[in-house]
Amino acid sequence: MTLLHVDTVSRSFGGLKAVDQVSFEMESGTILGLLGPNGSGKTTLLNLISGFLAPSSGRIIFNGRNLAGARVDKIARAGIARTFQLVRILPSLTLLENVMLPAVFGHRAHWGKEAERVAREALEKTGLTDRAGASAGDLNYIDQKRLELARALAAEPELLLLDEWLAGLNPTELQEGIRLIESLSGSGITIIMVEHIMEAVRALCPRCAVMNAGRLIADGETSAVLSDKAVIAAYLGDAEDA
Amino acid sequence: MIRLAIALLGLVALALVPLFVSEYELGLMIGMATYVALASAWALFSGQTNYISLATVAFYGTGAYTVAVLNESLPYPAVLLCAALIGAGMALLVGLSTLRLSGIYFVIFTFGLAELVRQLITWYEVSITGTLGRYIFLDLTARDIYWQMLALAAVAIGLTAWINRTRLGLALRAIGDDEVVAAHSGIHLARTKLIAFTLSATLITLVGAVASPRWVYVEPLIVFNPTVSFLTVIMALLGGANRLWGPLVGAVPLFLLFEWLSVNFPDTYPIFLGLLFIAVVFVLPNGLLAGLDDLRARFGRRGK
Repeated sequence: MTLLHVDTVSRSFGGLKAVDQVSFEMESGTILGLLGPNGSGKTTLLNLISGFLAPSSGRIIFNGRNLAGARVDKIARAGIARTFQLVRILPSLTLLENVMLPAVFGHRAHWGKEAERVAREALEKTGLTDRAGASAGDLNYIDQKRLELARALAAEPELLLLDEWLAGLNPTELQEGIRLIESLSGSGITIIMVEHIMEAVRALCPRCAVMNAGRLIADGETSAVLSDKAVIAAYLGDAEDA
Repeated sequence: MIRLAIALLGLVALALVPLFVSEYELGLMIGMATYVALASAWALFSGQTNYISLATVAFYGTGAYTVAVLNESLPYPAVLLCAALIGAGMALLVGLSTLRLSGIYFVIFTFGLAELVRQLITWYEVSITGTLGRYIFLDLTARDIYWQMLALAAVAIGLTAWINRTRLGLALRAIGDDEVVAAHSGIHLARTKLIAFTLSATLITLVGAVASPRWVYVEPLIVFNPTVSFLTVIMALLGGANRLWGPLVGAVPLFLLFEWLSVNFPDTYPIFLGLLFIAVVFVLPNGLLAGLDDLRARFGRRGK
């Protein structure tokens, strides 16, 4: 079943086309690696899907509904959750409260014991259970990243957008992170992950899409995409450029 | 449960105070109750969301003016109802147009709002009705006013306590930390802020309405005094605006201090107000209650 259909979506900032006529589809339960050099429009594309930015044109069909340009909270309630490239936590709330938020206000809108159960489950998945009552502002960077993922999971999303969630982890943490995402995709969540760490992309994403200068220049099976001439040129430059 | 019982006992004790004190002391009690109610109502919205509103006196003055205009034509309870409705309507209108502003822009807008309302009423009174001042003759004793004000303060604190346990409370705190995250968690930002702002402003309007008979004579310059807005903010901040009892803890000592200062140093008293504002922000940015918690934590650690 098609969960997400991004249909000729564009977004410009003044004269700059940050996302230019991008189209792709995703089946439910699949995982897509979104690659591209810095500034190629990956994060902007995630922002368009999560509603943080409205597209200048095009449609974003999610579960049969066009969500292009809808308010952020509406899109969140429709079942799309995300993490941010620059970690955003709620420092004055406890870990549990941070994670309760999407459980209470998100896709399934629980309250009371049920919301707490969902939140604790998300904390457990990300290994934060024993610090549930701590203040989120006291966490170190890695734990803040975990907390962000826990928050996204507590939304019980159908589509999860990870914006360089694995960046900045040490080798051991990276292995843990990869296993965590693996277990998520096994549980039926559909995932789009923007990632620069090729090891993780190869391990997790059977399919990859590559952006360059706002356009989608490749989309397909990962090993084929990574050996594609246009993709290599985008990362390393053409012979003519050099 | 025990906390609720203690709070209720305290309320009963406070309600009995007028039976034992002089007229002057009762006046002080009314002033204290007024500022506890104002600071608590203010914190209901601003304390959780960190949207610092300087519009307190816009609503407070509107409440007082509603009584001044209607006190001869409607029975008192109906006048209060009108004040509440006008306050709520004004809050909805203001909220819809301003809650998209953030940080310093919101602060400046709310400050301007108080001026705007004052000027509008002055203009209306001078050019349409031709009378700048109005009299309030109501058959209310100081005790009546004290009890009403005490009830308002109790409602403001009780409502805050209740909201803190609901989804609305969680949403407000999330908004205070990071609106982007709050929205991405599924919180309807505009609606959440509007509900809290309107509840807060309606209470503040009622405080102005209940306090107004004490003045007898009312004119815009008196009831729209911006010092009320500043005092409310500084009281709530001193105690801790995001704590349930913070505004009360800040309002009581500051009210007494200002009362003493204005009696003993009538000319230089605004200077102390300014100094105190600076001191609170520098020394206790999170309020007295948070400061006490820090101290307790420090001594607790030393004890072990």
